[in-house]
Amino acid sequence: MGLKRSDRRGFLKNGAVLAGGLTLGAVRPASGQTPESGTFIKGTEELIAYGQRSRFETAVRISHGRTPSPDAFGLVKHVATPLQESVGVITPSALHYVGTTRGSFIPDIDPQEHRLMIHGMVDRPLTFSMQDLKRLPSVTRLHFIECAANRPSPTAKDIQESHGMTSCAEWTGVLLSVLLKEAGVKGSASWIVAEGAEEVKGASSIPMAKAMDDCLVCYGMNGEAVRPQQGYPLRLMVPGFEGIFNVKYLRRIKAVDQYYMTYNDYGHLRREPENAALGYQIGPKSVITYPSAGHQLPDRGFYEISGLAWSGGGAVRRVEVSTDGGRRWTDAQIRGTPYRMAHTRFSLNWNWDGTETALLSRCTDEQGHIQPSRAQVAEFFGVPLDPSYRVPGQDNSIQTWRVASDGSVHNAYA
Amino acid sequence: MGAYTMRMLRLLPIVLLLGGAALAQSPTYGVGSTPSEEEIRALDISISPTGEELPPGRGTPKEGALVFRRQGCAGCHGATAKGAAAPTLVKAEGGPDVHPWDLGRVLPFRAPYATTVWDYINRAMPLNREGTLTADEVYALTAFLLNINGVIPEDAVMDAQSLPKVKMPIREGWSPLPDWKPGMQRLEGYPY
Repeated sequence: MGLKRSDRRGFLKNGAVLAGGLTLGAVRPASGQTPESGTFIKGTEELIAYGQRSRFETAVRISHGRTPSPDAFGLVKHVATPLQESVGVITPSALHYVGTTRGSFIPDIDPQEHRLMIHGMVDRPLTFSMQDLKRLPSVTRLHFIECAANRPSPTAKDIQESHGMTSCAEWTGVLLSVLLKEAGVKGSASWIVAEGAEEVKGASSIPMAKAMDDCLVCYGMNGEAVRPQQGYPLRLMVPGFEGIFNVKYLRRIKAVDQYYMTYNDYGHLRREPENAALGYQIGPKSVITYPSAGHQLPDRGFYEISGLAWSGGGAVRRVEVSTDGGRRWTDAQIRGTPYRMAHTRFSLNWNWDGTETALLSRCTDEQGHIQPSRAQVAEFFGVPLDPSYRVPGQDNSIQTWRVASDGSVHNAYA
Repeated sequence: MGAYTMRMLRLLPIVLLLGGAALAQSPTYGVGSTPSEEEIRALDISISPTGEELPPGRGTPKEGALVFRRQGCAGCHGATAKGAAAPTLVKAEGGPDVHPWDLGRVLPFRAPYATTVWDYINRAMPLNREGTLTADEVYALTAFLLNINGVIPEDAVMDAQSLPKVKMPIREGWSPLPDWKPGMQRLEGYPY
């Protein structure tokens, strides 16, 4: 263009004024739409090379439940996503929730040096470099991950505290079944042990049926390399299973003929069969993200209720919303395509009349399983419902948000 | 039986052999390299409940108590292996009527197999020096921790043969995971 920086800025400014005037057709430009002199974001080399969001966007991750680190080393162990400001279905990588096996140590792995070895009960043990993996046929899929600790709670002040330990990203990699077939898994192998390269070498036993079904060995996340906190350079995706199975820094897969009772397996042992069964594959679940606790409705009138639904059992088939505390339910609109084991956006048009009410959502997945209320779970197991009742396994119960007559929104856990 | 059938029967072993070879999966893409036996051994730190991967070596509770101090374990876990910053390694006190499950999530007590204790110490301890302990040291530490939880006597020797045979307090006291299949119901009869 040949314009000097100051000239270009002036040009852009005038253009903005012109555009604002044309769009609004008003003499006085609306505040915020026409930047005043000197309010442009400086186009630094850094910003050109790798962009960043507006300084007016302030949503950040928090330590899970805002609680101090449970490992007593003073490290943040789990980090929760700000779902209260989420739009669409993809969690930005920088806001994706984080769970770790110990503290927040993040290995600094050179992808040139990284290898994935597949061995054990296979015909041909194989080692793959990152370059090898990128030569193989790839798939790209949306998948949510959810931590076992993600459960509604009476003390949660907002959705980030009650539901922030789930996120959804677009993952790219090679189907694990492709790699296992390449190595030739022996018929007697019934499990795999997947292991990371971090300091504790976190490992989990995963059923061979799942490994051959839809697990992904991922090098890509949301259109770029997997982030270090998410397992750079390689992460195993085990769609629909509890978060811990999605092994980060994946370095080794061993085909075996028994449950290996790794430290991670031991950590998730349950005494009661219902806890073991329901804390494995995640059930149908949904939550209204707007309005949710902590939001303030400015006035009565129209609102689009919006939320996320997901299930470890497949795609979301139906979401219902109640705007009167659960008496009547209306089918919400599914926005976009409901993918298997992926967050699915739903919405419902709502006119708030300014009186106190409660908003709820429940989803049904492709298997026909329905998200329950806490009362329904308690009734199924024949135990009394009180605030201390703990839903067995992964808690997929319905979340209620109470809208007060002043427009403030609150957690109504009961 | 005709001559033709006889000939076919004589050929049967060869046919079976070829059939078997054809059944074995062959690689589709031929991408990846073959690790050597040494490379596999160096990386394979998984120890199964039956313990076939356990290396040679041995250790006793008494030796383990020394290693616990010498390797700095006490610095994080406490001199008595409890009440410090790192997870407690000693079960809670409880009468004879208390189920072992209720005595705390303490690895060398609640783990259904002693191999898990060995495996975790070997791969993940000590903090910042993970994987540097010798096999003897890991056997000794495992023996020490099992002993202070009343699982094995003071004169027990832990090695590749004895460790998988240790009877842990809740070997049967946990619920196995369901036999997962695609599309299965999470819990029978559970509509949610």
